[in-house]
Amino acid sequence: MIAAARCILRRDLLLALRRRGDVATALLFFVIVASLFPLGVGAEPEQLRAIAPGVIWVAALLSSLLSLARLFADDHADGTLEQMLLGAAPLGVIVAAKLLAHWLVAGLPLVAIAPLLALQYGLPAPLYGTLALSLLLGTPVLSLIGAIGAALTLGLRGGGVLLALLVLPLYVPVLVFGAGSLDMAAAGLAPQGQLQLLAALLVVSAAFAPWAIAAALRISTE
Amino acid sequence: MLEAAGLQSARQGRQLFKDLGFALRGGELLRVAGENGSGKTTLLKILCGLLAPDAGEVRWQGTPIRELREDYSRNLVYLGHAPAVKGDLTAAENLGVACTMAGLQASPPAIEEALARYGLPPGVPLRKLSQGQRRRAALARLPLSAAVPLWLLDEPFAALDAAAARLTEALIAEHVARGNAVVYTTHQEAAIGAAVQRVVALG
Repeated sequence: MIAAARCILRRDLLLALRRRGDVATALLFFVIVASLFPLGVGAEPEQLRAIAPGVIWVAALLSSLLSLARLFADDHADGTLEQMLLGAAPLGVIVAAKLLAHWLVAGLPLVAIAPLLALQYGLPAPLYGTLALSLLLGTPVLSLIGAIGAALTLGLRGGGVLLALLVLPLYVPVLVFGAGSLDMAAAGLAPQGQLQLLAALLVVSAAFAPWAIAAALRISTE
Repeated sequence: MLEAAGLQSARQGRQLFKDLGFALRGGELLRVAGENGSGKTTLLKILCGLLAPDAGEVRWQGTPIRELREDYSRNLVYLGHAPAVKGDLTAAENLGVACTMAGLQASPPAIEEALARYGLPPGVPLRKLSQGQRRRAALARLPLSAAVPLWLLDEPFAALDAAAARLTEALIAEHVARGNAVVYTTHQEAAIGAAVQRVVALG
């Protein structure tokens, strides 16, 4: 079971390494969307500081959606998914390994690059830590919840749009707590409460989402 | 070993088969014959548990496969229509992943030997190889799966040249001779030497 999970993690990271273009797309999307706002809204420092948390979080949300659409699509198309369903290890474990690989490739770079984007918004330096921490806790939740939608819409025509309709409303709590923690910190209050709620979301979704995804995959491959 | 009883399935509102049943013992070879679209792939997917039949059930050593799940899938090799290989990985990497996923211990030399039997270069990304070679890369699992009691092969001879088809036939015959069961689909006649050969004709 551990061997199968490690094998899938290694395989997906290797595939990401050999198809670097796919990985860069979602990250570039995040950078570009977050960079467009200062250009469009204008260079009013107060205004930029006020919208920064929301904009960066929404950009992260959309970028995660972009990369999730293909999470299972390739495995579905080439028959690998069937082999996963028939594997010796429980499907939930395989799915968890796939998600970990996906987050390392699509989520972690967002966390790393977000403080750099925050520069454009003139966010005070003490907030960078909170920004990175909130994204570190929040982006895995986005992957976990989004993957349920990706599994349900697998193989459907126009699945990408359906995925957005299905998943974006479920992203609301993550967005509220994530951007909220930054607002709290900006107002000089302790953001711990919001961050702890994000951590709780992460724990709950990490425990249950893989099994929900496994069930969804079984339904959509029938 | 494998029993099917009262299987019924319809796809897109069309009845493919009804009240289909058989019992397959170790050392038996079952060929699922039929024209294109007659439900061969559907039957095979039902047998491996990827699809649920509309009626009836499949039993493995007396227990319905729905209750066994992984305990059943550990006992089978299913090779479907799609070769389940990644174009960006080499043949050896693909085979290693497939074996680990199936819970088989395959050492790198064993993997290279299996690939050599199918005449595949281990270190070349599969997207640089032909369709038939991808098919061979999927079939290279068979020499490593001698200990798995049930093989379910969907059109194993499709896209293969004569030499690879002979090798696959020989591997199937050896597996059956060892007392294991093989179910395969084909729309053409294949010459596999096995003591007990049975045919389910669909359509």
